[in-house]
Amino acid sequence: MSFDMYREIIMDHYKNPRNFGAIKNADGQATKDNPLCGDSIQITYSVGKEKLSDIKFNGTGCSISLAGASVLTENIKGKKFDEVKNYTDEDFMKDLTVPISPARRKCALLGLRALRQAMDIEQHEN
Amino acid sequence: MLDAHKIKKDFPIFRQKFSGQPLVYLDSTASSQKPQAVIDAVSECYEKYYANVHRGIYQLSELASDAYEASRATVAKFIGATIREIIFTRNATESLNLIAFTWGKQNISEGDEIIITEMEHHANIVPWQQLTAEKKAKLHYWPITDEGRLDLDKLDALLNGRTKLVSLSHMSNVLGTINPVKDIIKKIRKYRSDIVISIDGAQSLPHIPVNVVDIDADFYSFSSHKMLGPAGVGVLYGKAEILESMPPFLTGGDMITKVTFEGAEWNDIPFKFEAGTPNIAGVIGLAAAINYLEDLGMDNVYQHEQDLTAKVFSELLKIDGLKLFGPKDIKDRGAIFSFTLGDIHPHDLASILDEQGVAIRAGHHCAQPLHQRFGIEATGRASFYIYNTDEDIKSLIEGLKKAQELFSL
Repeated sequence: MSFDMYREIIMDHYKNPRNFGAIKNADGQATKDNPLCGDSIQITYSVGKEKLSDIKFNGTGCSISLAGASVLTENIKGKKFDEVKNYTDEDFMKDLTVPISPARRKCALLGLRALRQAMDIEQHEN
Repeated sequence: MLDAHKIKKDFPIFRQKFSGQPLVYLDSTASSQKPQAVIDAVSECYEKYYANVHRGIYQLSELASDAYEASRATVAKFIGATIREIIFTRNATESLNLIAFTWGKQNISEGDEIIITEMEHHANIVPWQQLTAEKKAKLHYWPITDEGRLDLDKLDALLNGRTKLVSLSHMSNVLGTINPVKDIIKKIRKYRSDIVISIDGAQSLPHIPVNVVDIDADFYSFSSHKMLGPAGVGVLYGKAEILESMPPFLTGGDMITKVTFEGAEWNDIPFKFEAGTPNIAGVIGLAAAINYLEDLGMDNVYQHEQDLTAKVFSELLKIDGLKLFGPKDIKDRGAIFSFTLGDIHPHDLASILDEQGVAIRAGHHCAQPLHQRFGIEATGRASFYIYNTDEDIKSLIEGLKKAQELFSL
């Protein structure tokens, strides 16, 4: 993937974030911060029968953390609980489709970290 | 006048390409690059005369000891100190901790007061927070103005009969402010002569001429890696009579004269504070770095950075939406520029610049309280040194404009 295509995907989600906002009367929520740069992502979700029926994110941060959270909500919405539980960092990186430098990986994963905290899922690496 | 193009050729790292482009290194405030002369001095030590110091009877150890001690003399001369007032540590952070753990533990008691400033690096905050918490002492923060200078009048309100220590940076690693430490110290001494004054010189010593006796500091801390030398070596200068009164820091070999099953006797200064085998080649590399800087002349180094500062200023201030922190008057200011650009996150700025081979820092630069003071989480920071040219400024400005274009919503 060329650099410009990479940038296009990130910038698209950054400028037009999907599922942005907060769910009223959510079944669960959590906020994760990256104290080093002040990024902060809040995840709210509601559950249906055995699955994540809705998910939204809120927050401030750099393009990678906001785009990351946006891509996450798109990909995880409607998934069964088991699938969410087994959704690894690598799965997310594949869904993101763009290469992220090691220095920015933490930014990209902030939304997933918040989701796991909200759903009480262990923060397994990989 | 320094010829930065010529100087750049002395630094092998600039032969490398990044993102297919020549490296534009604008993060010397975090750590500087190394000239061939320093790399050679370190290699030569390992190739020709490496052995442990102060121990061996054999010739090789004597050669290593002589080179190590000659380096101490080089450092002492560079800052106007005497040889026994130079203690080698791991970095400026360790130098500041050494003061807190030895002088601090011995001299700070309940109710005593320490003054630091709002512009300090974490290394000159946390050791004093720890010490004052442990001793039930008070820690005061000397406020800065919106322009990022210390308000000299506000010091009066902080000094009192319980003030034991004032510790402040000579140059801010975020704002670039060069504090008038000589005047500040004079003012404190006039108030009371027994207040101990520690200067964090990690940012100043690589960039401006410093004479510790002239400014009359009790302690002066700095790091080799920010001044062209190897990482892993720091220096603590302390006035001899104060160092002599202090208990040791780390204990073990080399810092004793005699050890029995019952106890030990401490070695003389500076060895009392250098337990264990030091970073021998690193210290020798630091001396090579100082020789390199002295060949250039520290006045010329300062002038070069003043020239760059004037140019960077006029270019940066032309960019719409760019907010620059720190003094706007280039006098008494180093070539360190922390800024925000519209709503663009500093990490995004740094990534976009990186694509163009321009290395800047993004974050809070180990000065979170200072960022709080300005109500921001993070800034981008471009910092310049002897090898930075007008072309580097141009690359920075072009990169910032490109970021602005990309992020225009």
